[in-house]
Amino acid sequence: MLSLDNVSAGYSGFQALFGVSLEVKAGEAVAVIGPNGAGKTTLLRVISKLIDPSAGAISMEGLPLAPVPAHEVIARGIAHVPENRRLFPRLTVEENLKMGSFVPSARKKYAENIELVYKHFPRLKERRMQLAGTLSGGEQQMCAIGRALMSGPRLLLLDEPSAGLAPVVVQSIFELVRRICTEGYTVLIVEQNIRQVLKVVKRAYLLEAGRIVLTGSSAELLDSREIQKTYLGL
Amino acid sequence: MEIFDIFLLEAVLNGLLLGGLLALLSLGLNLIFGVIDVVWICYAELIMCGMYAVYYLHVQYHWPLLLAMPCAIAIVAALGVVLHQFVIRPVLGAEPINQLLVTGGVLFFLQAAATLVFGIEFKNLGVALPAIAVGEMSFSASRLLAFGVALAGMVAMYLFLTRSYLGTAIRAISQDRAIMPLMGVSPTRIFVVTSALGGALAGLAACLLVLQYDIHPAIGLSFGPITFLICVLGGLGNMLGGFIAAFLFAQFISVGGFVFHLEWGYVIAFVFFIAVMFWRPQGILGSK
Repeated sequence: MLSLDNVSAGYSGFQALFGVSLEVKAGEAVAVIGPNGAGKTTLLRVISKLIDPSAGAISMEGLPLAPVPAHEVIARGIAHVPENRRLFPRLTVEENLKMGSFVPSARKKYAENIELVYKHFPRLKERRMQLAGTLSGGEQQMCAIGRALMSGPRLLLLDEPSAGLAPVVVQSIFELVRRICTEGYTVLIVEQNIRQVLKVVKRAYLLEAGRIVLTGSSAELLDSREIQKTYLGL
Repeated sequence: MEIFDIFLLEAVLNGLLLGGLLALLSLGLNLIFGVIDVVWICYAELIMCGMYAVYYLHVQYHWPLLLAMPCAIAIVAALGVVLHQFVIRPVLGAEPINQLLVTGGVLFFLQAAATLVFGIEFKNLGVALPAIAVGEMSFSASRLLAFGVALAGMVAMYLFLTRSYLGTAIRAISQDRAIMPLMGVSPTRIFVVTSALGGALAGLAACLLVLQYDIHPAIGLSFGPITFLICVLGGLGNMLGGFIAAFLFAQFISVGGFVFHLEWGYVIAFVFFIAVMFWRPQGILGSK
């Protein structure tokens, strides 16, 4: 469904990704793991066209993303839950969800999609008239994921959904991600919380200093010497 | 004593009418600042252009007012878009002081251009709406009309901003501009729409002011500074703050002017403004 071929990218005066290639097949849940500053967020930002790659090609469902401006990526079936959730704090929960269905194709399905989101997150329905800025961290993450689901995406990009949340809440967020993965969405998730995320996805890539250094099934990665030593402290 | 009270009531009610108009004036400026983060210092000069548009369409070309006014609103809305595309857009990433100076430049440009094109003589529509007597009080019909239309305009704006997709996006973009593309929203397009709306509000204000005031190239100076002060008083970019500040300011002008002397009303209002700035530099409802 999504494929990156030798993608390099960076910001002015600093390169963050070096020739990254990866593939996400339809219906799959894939993780990109790695330490802070490895380029995980940049990777998702390149896919969403928030920054342009300096080299390489990205395609979604066989079509190149290069000519697509950032605000039309969502119409190609890609929804991005950004790092730190980034809700609109002074809009209500429901207005945040409404913003997720801004594109014309999603507006037609607003009623259907919001019912689906409220079914997944009954807590959001209870708080629908509340300002998003007043939600707890876990609720904000639910709202951010719900907002992304409002566009009816085929591919969901999740950037560190567990970041900044209390350990108990982290558990429930991963439970939620697991549920979304089994609902038929294709998911690409970026995480530092390696142990947890590998329980949710089938396959992962290890990104270090902007390069993919290891890839394999979750079980293979959990067994690998390198991951055990460097990331799991075993 | 009873007579005094009824005139005081008249002053309060006139302040209310003035407040509605001032609230409309501040709404456009606040909308632009809240969304685009740029102050249109030349806002009142756009109003001046709108007043001339009504005047020429009605007096020179004999269009009925009900046709000339919507047309003038459209013209000023278009001016807002032109202002954004050719003046604001190139300096969006620049220092705030440069943005301020560039719209200040447009102020003088529009004033000078109006002097050149329309001349310095005072013009008016020659439409005099009657005064309406309520008991011993009397109110100007054009003020009442301005109040009603300004209120209706603000309600329409409120409904647009809270109910429609585009309006919600306009409020969202002022809270987090960088992630708007992830929602499928092009910030560039929202800025153009907002500039057109800001212009349309200036155009609406022009239609209401032209019923009460003579038109001349420097007329903007009568409304510009006070509009800006009201926005700052309420908290720049905060539309509700601007609304409250407009009615407060209008009461100071109207009641202060009644109790002391007309000009004293403005003095009291500005002293109030300065006092608030010491107490809350960010404005009544401003944050940070």
